[in-house]
Amino acid sequence: MAPVGRAAGAARPPAVVWLSAALVAAAMVLPMVYLVVRALGAGAEVWELLFRGRTLAILARSVVLAAVVTGASTVIAVVLAWLTVRTDLPLRRWWAVLTILPLVIPSYVGAFLIIVGLGPRGMLQQFLEGPLGIERLPEIYGFPGAMLILTLLSYPYVLLTVRAALWRLDPALEEASLSLGHGAWDTFRRVTLPLLRPAIAAGALLVALYTLSDFGAVSLLRYETFTWAIYLQYEAALDRTAASALSLVLVALALSIVFLEATSRGRARYHRSTVGAVRRPATVRLGKWRWPALAFCGGIALFALAIPMAILVYWVVRGIAAGEALGQVWGVALNSAYVSGLAALACVAAALPVAYLSVRHPGRISNLLERISYMGFALPGIVIALALVFFGANFVTPIYQTVALLIFAYMVLFLPTALGAARASLLQVSPRVEEAARSLGRTPLQTMAAITLPLVRQGVLSGAALVFLVTMKELPATLLLSPIGFKTLATTTWAASSEAFFAKAAAPALLIIAVSSLAVAIMSWQERRGGSGSG
Amino acid sequence: MRKTYTNLVALIVALSVLLTACAGATPTPATTPTPMIKEVIKEVPAAPKPQSLTIYSGRSETLVDPIIQQFGQATGIEVAVKYAKTAQLAATLQEEGEKSPADIFFAQDPGGLGAVEDMLVRLPDGMLDQVSGWAHSPDGRWVGISGRARVVVYNTERLTESDLPDSIFAFTDPQWKGRIGWPPTNASFQTMVTAMRVIWGEDKTRQWLLGIQANDPKIYPKNTPTVAAAGAGEIDVGFVNHYYLYRFLQEHGESFAARNYHLPSGGPGALVMVAGAGILSTSGSKEAAQRFLKFMLSPVAQQYFTGQTFEYPLVEGVKTNRLLTPLNEITRPQIDLGGLKDIRSTQALFRETGILP
Repeated sequence: MAPVGRAAGAARPPAVVWLSAALVAAAMVLPMVYLVVRALGAGAEVWELLFRGRTLAILARSVVLAAVVTGASTVIAVVLAWLTVRTDLPLRRWWAVLTILPLVIPSYVGAFLIIVGLGPRGMLQQFLEGPLGIERLPEIYGFPGAMLILTLLSYPYVLLTVRAALWRLDPALEEASLSLGHGAWDTFRRVTLPLLRPAIAAGALLVALYTLSDFGAVSLLRYETFTWAIYLQYEAALDRTAASALSLVLVALALSIVFLEATSRGRARYHRSTVGAVRRPATVRLGKWRWPALAFCGGIALFALAIPMAILVYWVVRGIAAGEALGQVWGVALNSAYVSGLAALACVAAALPVAYLSVRHPGRISNLLERISYMGFALPGIVIALALVFFGANFVTPIYQTVALLIFAYMVLFLPTALGAARASLLQVSPRVEEAARSLGRTPLQTMAAITLPLVRQGVLSGAALVFLVTMKELPATLLLSPIGFKTLATTTWAASSEAFFAKAAAPALLIIAVSSLAVAIMSWQERRGGSGSG
Repeated sequence: MRKTYTNLVALIVALSVLLTACAGATPTPATTPTPMIKEVIKEVPAAPKPQSLTIYSGRSETLVDPIIQQFGQATGIEVAVKYAKTAQLAATLQEEGEKSPADIFFAQDPGGLGAVEDMLVRLPDGMLDQVSGWAHSPDGRWVGISGRARVVVYNTERLTESDLPDSIFAFTDPQWKGRIGWPPTNASFQTMVTAMRVIWGEDKTRQWLLGIQANDPKIYPKNTPTVAAAGAGEIDVGFVNHYYLYRFLQEHGESFAARNYHLPSGGPGALVMVAGAGILSTSGSKEAAQRFLKFMLSPVAQQYFTGQTFEYPLVEGVKTNRLLTPLNEITRPQIDLGGLKDIRSTQALFRETGILP
């Protein structure tokens, strides 16, 4: 079987694919060029700063947080994915949408809401004080709070990739395992889980890198991470050279995580061995297990979505009751949807060639291309934004502070979110189908358009949706690179929340969730259609 | 296969139509590339040129947009504003260099202005003289627009003013253990510590930092949550700027359980700072920019700042909001804000004491 795969690997990829992948990689390298240029201008005191024991300690705190958040997210996401795809969980479709939505809550909003809701003297405490006399809840600041909020806001990265993979999984392998006398749990552990590995790894990588780059949650919940230290250099010391030197350390850490994930991929192949229609696997009947399952979904949705939304709604209602005007949020919502939609298209267009090369033509260069693509996602948004301010203002002045450069920035930031999904779905397409097309006289490009693209449509769509969702909440790049006067829901939320105008901040934050839930609903509808149709 | 091709083409066409529709429907004029408009303006020198002004504002939109709009209406000058954090805009200006589209930098604090001082022009003496000497940069490159005082915000259910000490140094006393909140990364807080270094010297400032640190202060990311925590009783006292409290009182009413305390000893704990602005030397609209600064120093704008944002007017003859303790009743330390530029040494002290990484 192996020689077949090899043969596909040996054929030269079309020049269009190579070239566009190289262009994408060049774009992704820009921020790093900027960091090196800036760091080279650093004086001796910056290098002293870098090589202190404390720097290492903070780096370790970041690593620990990223590891724990990734682990917890993976467990939550795999359970949720399995429940919402494979079982007869009541209201399954609703859960499918609801459990993905926490992804769109900006981390600084989520963290703030968690503090207001669950803080030592927050709303929950005030609610409990009357009947139960509880005066103080356990501390949520520091590691527990940061870990909790980042897990709740980022497990959907894994959920999305795993759901997409579960829909496309050939049930034949699982059925074979069951027929050989393995129990349901054994089958899940020994067949399903290994088959899901690329999807889990793709999602987990995003969670890990997202956790590394997050600033909003860790700063509000007071957990000193490396990104926090980088922000400090910008915000408190106004020192961009020190910030750049520190960012290069973060790049090194992110690269090692990306390589770690790559080594875990191994040489396994994940496409079906035969060419045929995909069947839907049998639905697992939960029986009395449906109650704990419901409680699990409900609990996650309660903490990650319902409590934050309830507080937001409460503020909006109170604001309206107090006669507060909520402002022009509809036009702003349209702006958000517009740039997020364009960002989704740009990221997908950039992700496809990179994913195609890394799956079909694995080699040193194509692997490097793919891994470099992850750097934008791992760096704090402000670093990417300033790098593009530098290149934009000085080298492409005509498009500086236009939508074009803003979309480019989104691509640098969020390409990996589309890449993971594209890669995972390409892995599930057998190269033999493509070879059949080639043998019938199609050129590689024709094959790609006629065979490969339609087959990966599913994964690509979920990748596009993911880009849409994360762009909706993006803040630093939007603030600095958007055309002057261009407002999005995220910038409006930030503008209002930075001065503690709760009602005004709550309305656009709620709209972010509303617009995004539309995108998630469309995606999950597509998912079902694709999953139940023929491949 | 042909069918798939057709589908693909149809999909692409549909997407482009959708996007064009979206683009057409986008209400913000800014989505049309601005450079084109500038081109057109350059080609028609005969028509009276509509003046335009680009402001980078580190002050939040909710607070300053009304008064900036008013300036636009009063003068007919088209104003475009980019809002972001002061420090981020300072870094943006540094990265843009000579290509910066900005005419004005309107900053939250003197630190941000100081970072880009060499990119600003010297302002006319007549303008600088409108505010006291301490409230503009020594070489006249930025001018203070509104004043903000450092205060101790305290929880009124646990404390009264008489329980509070005269000097901020007294909070190093062990009786304050576990009762203090501070935002060490906040720019205003850091400016206060810089003032400590100038007034007290390095040693006493170090002692203060270590003393507070020994009292297990709660760390907040900025002023707003610190004031919120004081109101909620999460902390007894917090070191913040004065105006946040009034926004909470506006939002939650008089029952909000925190009030401001102005330290009477005249030390760095009672520092009065400014939000200020300067004109970029690369600006192509320096005249309009000067008109903007003049407007911000006019009675109308000064009245707006004290009335709407609860700040202190810096120009003589403008009445301070009656909710505020008047500036002349505050014993502020006698130092020039322009002298608080050495923030790197303050950072070093934070690192040395282990308060910040």
